[in-house]
Amino acid sequence: MIEIADLWKAFGPHQVLKGVSLRVERGSVVAIIGPSGSGKSTLLRCINLLEDPDRGCIRVGDREMHFGGSNRARPGDRELAAFRAATGMVFQHFNLFPHMTALHNVMAGPSIVRRLPRREAEDIARGLLAKVGLADKAAAYPSHLSGGQRQRVAIARALAMNPSVMLCDEVTSALDPELVGEVLGVIEQLAEEGMTMVIVTHEVAFAHEVADLVAFMSDGVIVESGPPSQLLEHPENPRTRSFLARFHRFVGSFSGTQ
Amino acid sequence: MTGAGYAWDFSFLWAYRSLILTGLEVTIAYTIGTIVLGLVVGLVTGLLRLSRNPIITAPLVAYVEIFRCTPLLVQIVWFYYALPVVIGVDIPAHVAATLVLSLYTGAFYAEIIRGGVNSIERGQWDAARAIGMRRGQVMRHVILPQAVKRMIPPFMNQSIIQLKNTSLVSTIAVADLLYEGTIITAATYRPLEVYTMVAIIYFIVLFPLTIAAQQVERRLARAD
Repeated sequence: MIEIADLWKAFGPHQVLKGVSLRVERGSVVAIIGPSGSGKSTLLRCINLLEDPDRGCIRVGDREMHFGGSNRARPGDRELAAFRAATGMVFQHFNLFPHMTALHNVMAGPSIVRRLPRREAEDIARGLLAKVGLADKAAAYPSHLSGGQRQRVAIARALAMNPSVMLCDEVTSALDPELVGEVLGVIEQLAEEGMTMVIVTHEVAFAHEVADLVAFMSDGVIVESGPPSQLLEHPENPRTRSFLARFHRFVGSFSGTQ
Repeated sequence: MTGAGYAWDFSFLWAYRSLILTGLEVTIAYTIGTIVLGLVVGLVTGLLRLSRNPIITAPLVAYVEIFRCTPLLVQIVWFYYALPVVIGVDIPAHVAATLVLSLYTGAFYAEIIRGGVNSIERGQWDAARAIGMRRGQVMRHVILPQAVKRMIPPFMNQSIIQLKNTSLVSTIAVADLLYEGTIITAATYRPLEVYTMVAIIYFIVLFPLTIAAQQVERRLARAD
């Protein structure tokens, strides 16, 4: 479904991705974990070309893009838009359109990008709001929604484009702890329905539960990847081990105070 | 003659009412006309300045900064007296006045527009592009509707200032309110009454507008 080969990306002198390769099978969920600054979000943003990679190759479905090397021109605006339309993305800070109601946020893709008739776009949007449990919030503006509700609207907005892949960038990191569950619940439901997903997350327990494959990223490379039970419980690489050890210790001390 | 001994007498002004009214009409016409022209200039300049191509942006930056960083009075005088020498064509006063006032306020509008668009968080672009919107669609449906709301208060302030700016065209004999004031002064030798009246007329026009602008600003802030 997704194939990334030898992806490189620098911001100025700072080399963020140093030859990342990753395969995501159709219908599978890949979780990317790792310390902040390791390039996880940049990798995700490269998959739908919100960032322009310096070098490498990205294939999503049957669309393929090569970067660097040849003298081929950068993809144009139209090509990029079409590529992105096929992938859904959910952001850490929701990024809902504040001047639109929840319904119109979800309708934005179908009506503006796919140019569906209003009625049809609205049907899709109402259906998706119901799916994320917010049918009664259709007329609400984002400023009147809780963080968890906003993120669920954002998920519905991404789904409205009927994407073949969903990219989730730390979707619970900006939420109050008591709101994390409702968002993870929706993601889990999508996984059960067979949606192909790449999830960047700090919720290691959630990654364990929902992912088919976990990749540990550090310093711009995927250090190690494998099924959750293997990577999270029996990591081989010392860097993975030390990252997870810190995490386990945190969980240990946290549950110890319960 | 001491200040206290001066005998104020405004009654003679009544005889000049049509001249005053004509002057006020000219002032308002220049204000509205140059706001509209300035808005066109500012809109084009402000939006083009968002381009990443320095060949496009460099001349626009030069234009904006030259007009923002020199006094309007100097610009008016320069366009009226110096520019004809440079290009070898005479420029009538009303053309020079319209041109300078439009370009001057247009430079400020351009900055308001650019600033408004740039004030919208990066995440809005990300989200709109992520659902497949093209650049123009992101601008039209996501960025501008939010940015325009932020542009309205500074736009109103700049436009109110523009009414006062027009008084400078009297220096090149454009017959605006202030110019008519100097004409009446020359005829009556009573500058104190005349300029007091001129000030009061500017105030009567502008004060309600500033109140209205404040109310719009407050309403916009509430809507956020």
